[in-house]
Amino acid sequence: MYAAIVFLPLVGALIAGFFGKIIGDRGAHLVTCIFMAASMLLGAICFYDVALQQNAQTIQLFTWIESGNLKAEWALKIDTLTAIMILVVTSVSTMVHVYSIGYMHHDPHNPRFFAYLSLFTFAMLMLVTADNLVQMFFGWEGVGLASYLLIGFWYQKPEANAAAIKAFLVNRVGDFGFALGIFGTYLLFDTIVLDEIFILAPKYVDTELTFLWFSADAITVLTMLLFIGAMGKSAQLGLHTWLPDAMEGPTPVSALIHAATMVTAGVFMIARLSPMMEYAPDTLTVVTLIGATTAIFAASVGLCQNDIKRVIAYSTCSQLGYMFFACGVSAYSAGIYHLLTHAFFKALLFLGAGSVIHAMSDEQDMTKMGGLRKRIPLTYWLMIVGTLALTGFPFLSGFYSKDLILEATFARDTGVGYYAFYIGIFVAGLTAFYSWRLIFMTFHGECRAPKSVQDKIHESPIVMTLPLIFLAVGALFSGKLGYEFFGGDSMKAFWGDALLVLKENRTIEAASGVPMWVVLLPTIMFIVGTSLAFYCYQLKPDLPKTLSSKFSGIYQFLLNKWYFDELYDLLFVRSAFWFGHALWKKGDGAVIDGLGPDGISSIVRRLSGQAVRLQSGFLYHYAFAMMIGLIAFASWYIFGFGN
Amino acid sequence: MTDDWPILSLVTFLPLVGCFFILLTRGDDATVARNSRYIALWTSVPTFLISLLIWVKFDPSTANFQMMESIEWIEGTNIGYRMGVDGISIFFVLLSTLLTPICILASWEAIEHRVREYMVAFLILETMMVGMFCALDILVFYIFFEGVLIPMFIIIGVWGGARRVYASFKFFLYTLLGSVLMLIAILVMYFMAGTTDIVALSKLSFPSDIQIWLWLAFFASFAVKVPMWPVHTWLPDAHVEAPTAGSVILAGVLLKMGGYGFLRFSIPMFPEASDFFSPLVFALSVVAIIYTSLVALAQDDLKKLIAYSSVAHMGFVTIGIFTLNSQGLEGAIFQMLSHGIVSGALFLCVGVIYDRMHTREIAAYGGLVNRMPKYALVFMVFTMASVGLPATSGFVGEFLVLLGAFYYNTWLAVFATTGVVLGAAYMLYVYRRIIFGKLEKENLMSISDLSYREIIIFVPLVLLVFWMGVYPAPFLDVMSVSVDNLIKNFNVALENSSVHLASH
Repeated sequence: MYAAIVFLPLVGALIAGFFGKIIGDRGAHLVTCIFMAASMLLGAICFYDVALQQNAQTIQLFTWIESGNLKAEWALKIDTLTAIMILVVTSVSTMVHVYSIGYMHHDPHNPRFFAYLSLFTFAMLMLVTADNLVQMFFGWEGVGLASYLLIGFWYQKPEANAAAIKAFLVNRVGDFGFALGIFGTYLLFDTIVLDEIFILAPKYVDTELTFLWFSADAITVLTMLLFIGAMGKSAQLGLHTWLPDAMEGPTPVSALIHAATMVTAGVFMIARLSPMMEYAPDTLTVVTLIGATTAIFAASVGLCQNDIKRVIAYSTCSQLGYMFFACGVSAYSAGIYHLLTHAFFKALLFLGAGSVIHAMSDEQDMTKMGGLRKRIPLTYWLMIVGTLALTGFPFLSGFYSKDLILEATFARDTGVGYYAFYIGIFVAGLTAFYSWRLIFMTFHGECRAPKSVQDKIHESPIVMTLPLIFLAVGALFSGKLGYEFFGGDSMKAFWGDALLVLKENRTIEAASGVPMWVVLLPTIMFIVGTSLAFYCYQLKPDLPKTLSSKFSGIYQFLLNKWYFDELYDLLFVRSAFWFGHALWKKGDGAVIDGLGPDGISSIVRRLSGQAVRLQSGFLYHYAFAMMIGLIAFASWYIFGFGN
Repeated sequence: MTDDWPILSLVTFLPLVGCFFILLTRGDDATVARNSRYIALWTSVPTFLISLLIWVKFDPSTANFQMMESIEWIEGTNIGYRMGVDGISIFFVLLSTLLTPICILASWEAIEHRVREYMVAFLILETMMVGMFCALDILVFYIFFEGVLIPMFIIIGVWGGARRVYASFKFFLYTLLGSVLMLIAILVMYFMAGTTDIVALSKLSFPSDIQIWLWLAFFASFAVKVPMWPVHTWLPDAHVEAPTAGSVILAGVLLKMGGYGFLRFSIPMFPEASDFFSPLVFALSVVAIIYTSLVALAQDDLKKLIAYSSVAHMGFVTIGIFTLNSQGLEGAIFQMLSHGIVSGALFLCVGVIYDRMHTREIAAYGGLVNRMPKYALVFMVFTMASVGLPATSGFVGEFLVLLGAFYYNTWLAVFATTGVVLGAAYMLYVYRRIIFGKLEKENLMSISDLSYREIIIFVPLVLLVFWMGVYPAPFLDVMSVSVDNLIKNFNVALENSSVHLASH
C-alpha cells in the first residue's frame, strides 16, 4: 500500500503528460490533484502507522543494478524519518497542485506543468524512501531534472533557460561529490544498502582510506564527499548560486521545490546518514561551519534584495543553514523539526508572494508595490502568519524549532558550536528585519505601482487561498504539536532506529539545561529585528536610502550577492569555453591534424610530385631503377634467409 | 529447430540474400528505389527477429562460446571459419541487427539518389558487423573487421556532405594504418601458435616481451576505432560528412569494434601487456573525457558536438575495460550498448532537423519546441540519457565504470567523474540553443513535427533506453559469467607470470 504513495504521483504525471491534449486542462488538474490527494491521505496513514506506532518497514520491489558484489534494489525504506518526509512532501505538494490550478490558469501549457509537478513529487518520494545510496541518487538527480524542467518552464524567457541550466549544473557539481561518496562507501563497506552500512560503520571507525594524495579517516572522507552533494542540493555556501536564479520559475514551483522539499534533501541526507555522520566528528564540524556561515551570508544578502521572491529565496538559503548546523551539532531531530515547520511557513510565504504577484499582474519588484494590505487582506493576514512563524514569534512553529536548534547548538559546548550559536542568534535578528521589511514594502505605505496595474489588483480565487489557509494552520500549530516528538520526552520512542546519536553527542537532551538567557535571546532578537524594520520602513522611510548611499560599498557588496556569480562566471564558465575553443582549434586542428593526417598527406603529395619526375620516359632511368631493386632483393634474400 | 542449426551464419549472411534480390530489381528509377527500400527493410527486420533467438537460446550460466560453428577452411593450416557468441559479444550482435533496420527507415526519404546501391551497401555493412562480432577465428575476424570499412567508406564518400572525400579518406587512412599493424601481429601470432582459433589463442600465453609488441600492434588498430585521444580527429569529420544513417552506424556499432577488440584480444591474449599498459590507457582516456568535453562545449556544428561527445563517452568505456574488475568491465560493455543506442538516436535527432532545414549549424535553430513538441520530448530523453541521468541506460554504464575506476584508483575516478559535469554542460547548452527560446527565425516558422515514420524509429529506442535504465538485470545477467571468467583468467595469467619471474 505504501508503494502507492510513491507511484500515484508518477501515474498522474504520465497521464497528464502524455494525454494532456485529450483530457484537457481540467482533466489534467483533476487527475494529478486527485492522485496527489490520495497519496497524501496514504502518507498520513503511513505517518500514523510507521512513526507513531513504530512499524518501520522496507518494501522490496525488484533488482535494479547487480554487478559483482554490488547489488542495488528498487526498495522503499519507510521509518520515522521517511514518514515525516512523506508527510511533508505529499501535503505541501498537494497544496501546491491545488494552488496552481488558480495560479496557472492563464497559461497555455497546464497539462505539462502539472505533469512536471507530479513527476517532481515522485522523484522526491523516491529520494526519501531510498533504502540504498544509489536509489537515493536516482531521486536526487530525478528532483534535479524536475527542477530543471520547472525552472525553465517558460522556455521562451532566456533568463529562465539560463537559470535552469545553472541549477542543473551546480547540482551536478554537488552530485559529483555524492557519486564519489557512493563509490567510496562501496569500496569501504562492500555494500551500498543503508541498513548494512549502518551496522558496519562502528567497525570501521579507525580505518584509513587513501583518497587522492592523502590518507585519512575513511568515514570522514566518505561523509565529506556525500556532504558536497548535500551542499549542492541544499544551496549551501559555495554551491548556492543557483537557488536565487531558480526564482525564474513559476511561483508554485518555488514554493514546492525551492523552499519546502527539494532544497531540504541535503538536510534529510545528513539525518538519514546519522549512523555514519556520528563516527565522523570532523565532518560534523564542517557541516556546522558551512551551515552557520550560509545562514549569515544568505540573511545578509536578503537584507538588500528588492525582488519579493529573491528575498524569500535567500531566507530559505539562510534557514537551511540553521538546519545544517543543527545536524552538525548532532541535533538531527531539531534539524528535521525545523525542516517540517519551515516547509509549512516558507511554502505559505512563497504562495502568498505568488498571490501578491498574481494580484500585481506579474510584478515582482517590491519597490513598485506597497499599500496592498487593504486590497488583498486575506493574503496579507496569511503572509503575516507566515512571517510571524518564520521570525520566531512566541508559540508559533518557527519559535519552537529555531529555539530548539539554538539551545542544542549552545549545549554542544565547542568552539564551532558557539560560532554557530552566536551566528544563529544574530541571524534571528536579521531574519526578523528582512521579513518585516518585505511585509512593510509590499503591504504598507502608498501603492507605487502604475495606475493600470493598480486597477487590476484583486484578491486571489478560493482555489488559491484555500491551500494558503491549510499551510497557515500548519505554520501556526506544527511547532507546538511536534515539540513533544522532536525535542520532548517522546523523542526516543518516536524516532526508533531512524536516527543515531552517540551518547556523548546528545545535545537535544542537554538543551533543557541551558541558561535562561540562551532561551530568551532568540525572542529578544526577534523583537530587535522587528522594531528596526518598523523604524526603518514605517517611521523613517528615508533612512534605508540614506544608509545605502552612505555605506555604498557594503550595500553594493550585499546587493550583488558577494560577487559570487561574477567570480564563478570568470573562473568556470568563461574559462571552460576558452579552453574548449583553444583545444579544438589549436589542439585538434593545428597539432594533431597538422602533424597527423594533414601533415602526412601534404608530405605524400610532395613526394608523389617528385615521384612523378622519376617517370622521365628515358629507358636507362627505368633500367637503373630495376637494377637497384634487383640488388636490394638479392641482398635481402642472402642476409634475410641466409642465417 | 536443432542445436546445430547455424543461427549465427544465418544472421550474418541473411542480409546478403537481400542484396541479391535488390540487385535483381528492374524498372525505372522510382520503382527500383522503392523496391530496394522495401527489400532492405524486409530483410533487416527478419534478421533482427532471428537474432533475438540468439538471446533466447543463450545460456547465461556458462562462459563458454555458444552456438559454435566450425569449418576447416584451408586443409592442414588450422585456419577455419569459426563462429560463436559469449556473454560479451551477444549484445553487440543484437545492437547491429537492431540499428540496421532503424537506419534503413531513417534513410527512407533522406536518400534520393542511387538508392539501390545505398541499400546494398547497408546490407553488406550489416553482414560485416555481425560477422565480426561472431567470428572466433582471428583471420575471419580480420576480414570482417576490415570489410566493415569498405561499405562505410563508400557510404560517406558517395552520399556524404560537401567535404565527404576529405572525410572519407581521413577515415580510411586512420583506420587502415592501425589495421596494417594488426595484420602483422596476427601473422606473428599464427606463426608462433600455429592456429588462428581465438579460443585456442586465448588459452596460450605468449612470452612477455612479445606480448608488449603484439599488444601495441592491436592497440594501434583498436585505439583508432574507439577512438581514443589523440587519434580521434577522423571521427568529427567523418560524422559531419556522413549521411544520418551512416553516423548512426558509425557511432552505434563501429566505435564499439575497438572496445570489443580490447575485450576479445588484448586482455585475454596479452594479459601481462594489458596490465603493463593500463596506466597509459587510463591517461589517454581521462584526457579524452576532459579534452573532448571541453571541445564539445565550443562547437557550433550540431553533429560535430555529438561526435566529440562520443569520444568522451568512449573514454569511460576504455577506463572500464582496463580496470579489470566486474563493475568496470560490465559497466564498459553496458556503456557501449547504451552509447550505441543513445548516440545513434542523437544522430537521428540531428537527422530529423537536417532533413527539414539542410543545415547542421546550431545557430540556425532555436525555439523548436514551439512547433515540434514531440521532437523536443524525444530529444530531451536522449539528452538526459547522454548526460547519464539515473533510470536511463546512460547512468548504469557510467556509474559502474566509475565505481570500478574508484576501486582501481581514486585519482582516476575523480578525473573521470568530472566528465559527468562537463557532459551535462554541453548537452544542456546545445539543447537550449536548439529547442528552447522564442521561435524567431523566418524559415523555421513552418517546420513540422515528427512524422509517423520518425515516431516509429524513435519509439523502440526510447523504450530501450528506459528499460536498460530501470531494469538492466536481463543485460547484466547475461554478461556476468563471461566477464567474471575473463577476469579470472586474467588474474591467473598474471599470477603465473609473476611465479614464473620469481622462479628465475
